[in-house]
Amino acid sequence: MKLTKTTALAAAISLTALTAQAGTLDDVQARGELNCVVTTGLAGFAAPDENGRWEGFDVDFCRAVAAAVLGDPEKVKFVPTTGKTRFTILNSGEGDILFRNTTETMSRDADLKLTFLPVNYYDGQGFLIRKDLGIDSAKDLDGASVCIQTGTTTELNLADFFRVNNISYEPVTIETNEEGIANYTANRCDVYTTDASGLASTRAALEDPSAHKILPEIISKEPLAGAVRQGDDQWADIGKWVVNAIISAEELGVTQANVAELAAAATNNPSINRMLGTEGNMGEMVGLDAQWAVRAITAIGNYGETFDRHIGPDTPIALERGLNAQWNNGGILYAAPIR
Amino acid sequence: MSESAIPQQPQRNPLSRLWNDKEARSVIIQIFAFSCIFAFFFFMVRNAMYNLEAIGKDISLDFLWQPSSYDISQSLIEYNSRSTHFRAMIVGILNTLLVAVSGIILATVIGFLLGVFRLSKNFLINKLAYVYIEYVRNVPVLLHILLVHGLIVHTLPLPKNAVNVADAGFLTNRGFFMPKPSMEPMFWLVIVLFVLGIVFTLWFRRYAKRVQDATGRHYPVFWICTAAIVGIPALAFLVTGMPLAWEIPELKGFNFRGGMVIRPEFIALWLALSLYTAAFIGEIVRAGITAVNWGQTEAAFALGISRNRTLNLVVIPQALRIIVPPLTSQYLNLTKNSSLAIAIGYMDIVATIGGISLNQTGREMECMTIVLMLYLTFSLLISAFMNWYNQRIKLVER
Repeated sequence: MKLTKTTALAAAISLTALTAQAGTLDDVQARGELNCVVTTGLAGFAAPDENGRWEGFDVDFCRAVAAAVLGDPEKVKFVPTTGKTRFTILNSGEGDILFRNTTETMSRDADLKLTFLPVNYYDGQGFLIRKDLGIDSAKDLDGASVCIQTGTTTELNLADFFRVNNISYEPVTIETNEEGIANYTANRCDVYTTDASGLASTRAALEDPSAHKILPEIISKEPLAGAVRQGDDQWADIGKWVVNAIISAEELGVTQANVAELAAAATNNPSINRMLGTEGNMGEMVGLDAQWAVRAITAIGNYGETFDRHIGPDTPIALERGLNAQWNNGGILYAAPIR
Repeated sequence: MSESAIPQQPQRNPLSRLWNDKEARSVIIQIFAFSCIFAFFFFMVRNAMYNLEAIGKDISLDFLWQPSSYDISQSLIEYNSRSTHFRAMIVGILNTLLVAVSGIILATVIGFLLGVFRLSKNFLINKLAYVYIEYVRNVPVLLHILLVHGLIVHTLPLPKNAVNVADAGFLTNRGFFMPKPSMEPMFWLVIVLFVLGIVFTLWFRRYAKRVQDATGRHYPVFWICTAAIVGIPALAFLVTGMPLAWEIPELKGFNFRGGMVIRPEFIALWLALSLYTAAFIGEIVRAGITAVNWGQTEAAFALGISRNRTLNLVVIPQALRIIVPPLTSQYLNLTKNSSLAIAIGYMDIVATIGGISLNQTGREMECMTIVLMLYLTFSLLISAFMNWYNQRIKLVER
């Protein structure tokens, strides 16, 4: 009895003794390293190469932020997470920023207390299936066994899609992409479902990619975006404008090759000047210096360059730009102006 | 002895005198240890509350009543993606209980066999059991689960090439499909007779014991009880014209439809947990039987008691007293190990409320607390039952 009273009292005292939280930017700069939350391995987006160095589209954005904040794109510690652990890791402070092909949704934004950065890949959920099954449409999947990665928006879309179309399926819920592929290749399931970009990456990694195809239906909108913890506006701004700078750079024709030259002296394009710090000091507004965007672009190039390097048509992943082309080039990629 | 005989002690301060007093010292140490433990938990709880507060998250169980929006492949109760998270949790609990209970039963059966084999004088049986036990209990259970799952998924055929068992059962890598019985009205008679058989057995065993105590007359209790529980209902079943309709699974499209199905995930988890735990139970059983002095058996033989009755009346009752407490730990281990289910996608508590629900709602604190409480409850229930059983079989001194 006495014990419970003491506990209650102690708990009450502890509640009143809350202290303020330091800014993430200060933490990262003091540590000299950016903890970036990525996937456990998805070829093209984030996966260690044969030398153990993390490579990929998402990884590049981590490096761009590290370059802007710390001046060195290599000062990143990658924190591999499953779909299940990613937000807990971010929210507990083990990660500073998340680039993990993560779909922006209202409940994640509001309820999971995240702040999303601008979308860096417009995706949608699709189905990967063996060609020899002779299925041409996802609506013919009645009764199929579907492998699905847990902890994603995809399992919700999947339930909705089959429900709306009034067809049945057997969900085979697995924890990571690797286990999903293992089950799919063992024929435990007929179909593997995840974001179309993930399917392209998965298909490229299969023994005989030509024996598999991605069904034409895209059953959901999956705007993939980076994220930070809610409540640190300055840090969210840094993430947001680094992504915007990478996207804008492509629109403005700034590349990894010419960025040093363009940043050396003011050009006759004020937009480029503002971004590269030869006019005004935009970086100061978010707690960085004037060269922040120059370092980010030097590290990974512009959006088109990192896309082509990791997931573009010339890579094994072979994704077309599609929706992810610039807004003035038939896509919906539209970065807010840096001014 | 007088005071002066003791050499004069140098005067010490009262604190060190307190410390040198055995009683006082033990109290001090206990208070200190308790404070440390309390401070630790206080810090943990405070830290969690502080951090939740810092990111603006509250603690609430309201999410349990919202639609779960995800599907579950194996469910013992009606469930679909419109059901609540609470219902998903119940599905998870039932799935955990299913695999735990069936695992405990199978592990006990195999374990007792292994224990007896290990004591066998037959060299081959003895050594086979020995090799099995040493191999199985020295490999982590997670590997066993993955191995069995891998074997089922890789070696069994796809549904269209299913192994056909008498046109009714089908073995595939998507599961074992078999006919599903549905009851016709007359089947109730069989159920009623079955229940009556159990009631009769309970009464008859006491009656037979009373008769034996009073007159020494010995009834064939086992056979009479078997006839009452199994024989009569079976006879009624045949006489009423087998009032069961069977729904045979049929291959339609990708998979079999209709009938009952046991998923490979369940089989893998069930077999792996049972085979693994059985190895430990085997050793416990062997230890228990070996611990009963051989002299007792000899004494029983000397009294002219047959070999079987010696085992049943002399050795096993005493061995059980040694076996049951460690057996309880094994049952608890099996139940807790079932949480490895997520590795192969069996939808237990950890995969439902502690997995998908947690992830979709972002309520880590609440979900993990629920999972923790559930496992604690299961474990305490198993312990309570086994303690009751242990109490019942303990030595009755006359």
